[in-house]
Amino acid sequence: MSMDNFGLFYQFHFYLFGIIAIVSAVTFVTRRSPVAAAMWLIVTMFCLAAEYVMLDAQFIAAMQVLLYAGAIMVIFLFVIMLLNLGEASDITDVRGIGGKLLAGFVGLILIAEVGVLTRTGIPSGKYVVARDFLSQQLATYGAVGAVARPLYRDYSLAFELTSVLLLVAIAGAVILGRKESSSAR
Amino acid sequence: MAFDLSQSMQLIAALTPDIIMMVGGMVLMLVSAWGTESVERQRRVGTAAIGVCIVSAVFVVYFMAVHATAGSGVIAVDNFRWIVDLVLLAATAGTIALGLDYNTREGILPAESHVLVIFATSGMMILAAARDLTIVFLGIELMSIAVYILTGMNRRSEKSAEGAIKYFLLGAFSTGFLLYGIALVYGATGTTSLTLIGERVAAHQIMSAPMLLTGIGLMLIGFGFKVALAPFHMWAPDVYEGAPTPITAYMAAAVKAAAFAAFLRVFLEAFAGEIPSWHVAVWWLAAITMVVGNLIALASKDIKRLLAYSSIAHAGYILVVLASGQALGSSAFLFYIVAYTLATFGAFGVVVALGQSGEPYLNVDDYAGLWTVRPWLSVSMAVCMLSLLGFPIFGGAGFFAKWYVIQSALYAPEPQTRLAVLLVLTSVISAGYYMYVVLVMFMKPRREVNTVSDPRSVGAATRWVIGLSTVILLFLGVYPNALVSLTQGKGSYLRAPTPQVSQVVPR
Repeated sequence: MSMDNFGLFYQFHFYLFGIIAIVSAVTFVTRRSPVAAAMWLIVTMFCLAAEYVMLDAQFIAAMQVLLYAGAIMVIFLFVIMLLNLGEASDITDVRGIGGKLLAGFVGLILIAEVGVLTRTGIPSGKYVVARDFLSQQLATYGAVGAVARPLYRDYSLAFELTSVLLLVAIAGAVILGRKESSSAR
Repeated sequence: MAFDLSQSMQLIAALTPDIIMMVGGMVLMLVSAWGTESVERQRRVGTAAIGVCIVSAVFVVYFMAVHATAGSGVIAVDNFRWIVDLVLLAATAGTIALGLDYNTREGILPAESHVLVIFATSGMMILAAARDLTIVFLGIELMSIAVYILTGMNRRSEKSAEGAIKYFLLGAFSTGFLLYGIALVYGATGTTSLTLIGERVAAHQIMSAPMLLTGIGLMLIGFGFKVALAPFHMWAPDVYEGAPTPITAYMAAAVKAAAFAAFLRVFLEAFAGEIPSWHVAVWWLAAITMVVGNLIALASKDIKRLLAYSSIAHAGYILVVLASGQALGSSAFLFYIVAYTLATFGAFGVVVALGQSGEPYLNVDDYAGLWTVRPWLSVSMAVCMLSLLGFPIFGGAGFFAKWYVIQSALYAPEPQTRLAVLLVLTSVISAGYYMYVVLVMFMKPRREVNTVSDPRSVGAATRWVIGLSTVILLFLGVYPNALVSLTQGKGSYLRAPTPQVSQVVPR
């Protein structure tokens, strides 16, 4: 599904979802109520998923919805609920004006960086992937296979290490979270 | 023995020491979860954890002895990795040994405190081996997450909790920088393999120079946080002060050594072709770190904070190796981390030995007149302080460590004379606080109140750590060649990329 086939229709939706994603991301960081902020983040996640579909990354889009918009947001809301942060008035804004200015400055730099990068021509060298590389992969292995093959072949060690990493994170959370045994002083 | 890393069985074989740590950690985790917590259980699991370290070290020594090599792949099989591994394993055994006595005294009962050290070390060993940016990232995370938890292990201490939260937040923040940098470098070069990045950068076969440079800059910030370079050092003193003392020693020595090993490998193997771009940044980071670390340490009176700032200063010294910008400097780095780790563990061992429950007396002045009550501990502390200072003979290996770093700076293709001068000058400043500790211990009269308690028995494990560190330091001070022959041996240097001229195409 390339841009040429769909033309205006494709472009319209691409920009539509892009703009919604940006607007809801800005709304997300400016909300005082954590619950409202979390809800806006879900909107951002969904729009990004739509963009992934248009970039021919359907599997990543499905994962985005399941994991980010689904599982991770549920955890966010649970934490907000458990810590009882629902009321905006309970929260003092720790971000001073200096921090906001700094964050804005870093944001501007990142936008400028994106501008520079899009203007930099990409040389057609030996290492640059061909334009139809992705659609070929999708046609040969399917949307899941195109992700699974590199994940379990080229990056198998990284995959295995991630499992150890998650084990340590879970064990650590349990160790810090559990009650101290009564035998402790 | 040559490994073909493209075959998974051979890849696993090349990772034997690392996998032993991981599997050992998992088994011990199960053991410690079984049954109720008690002091005896904590000590048993700790002893077994030291055993796991020894088994892993045996394999490391075996691979060194048979001169294992490997083709290109996601991990490196070279002496650089093995020597860093040995330092890490020694530091781990030292941490757990100190922890046996410390945890008993402070009432830290969970046996998992030793198991997490094992897991953190497995991450560090992966870091020392990584020749791929994804593996570097996972190694750093495995190490960091375990150490965040270890920092907060003392549940009855507010400082410990504060340190853990600070470390976690800033660590996660710095990981963001590192990951963004890795993504940009991948975008610019189309690969995460350090070897391939090195070749492509050297051959100017990259997609976008601004993208690569931004990526290198972000990775520099990310690594800077992990090894506590000024101005990214703000977290270090609070975290070092709050963490249980054995874990502070672990962070000051092992975490730093492992992060620096990956730092050097990434920058010298992958980004060597861009040295002109990042050299200035590294130069200034090294200079600022040496000055800031030493000046603030001069004003510190708390022994743990003092050693924290001293460790920042030492990060600056080690960075001089990177600023000299040559793969040959890696041998100076290896010697340095051996000497620095030994001295750090000796010093923190004495802090553990003299501490009391709740650690009330950590001011340097509380050590006044220590010589009259604990002569051997005072002598060990003095040797470690002199070693960190870089004093000849009495400071043991510390002198040669600094000597080799200065040499690597002066004999670089572009001699870093000013940096070497700055290193010597800041070392002179550091005498102000290292010598003060020695002075207080030997020359001030013992105070009656608010001092470390009367002579008590020091735990056997702590005594072993202090004794071994001191003896090896002094031995290496007299016979540095015993170690130099290893660090300068075959395969001890990082592999500098060789640009293949045929691949060069005009940009």
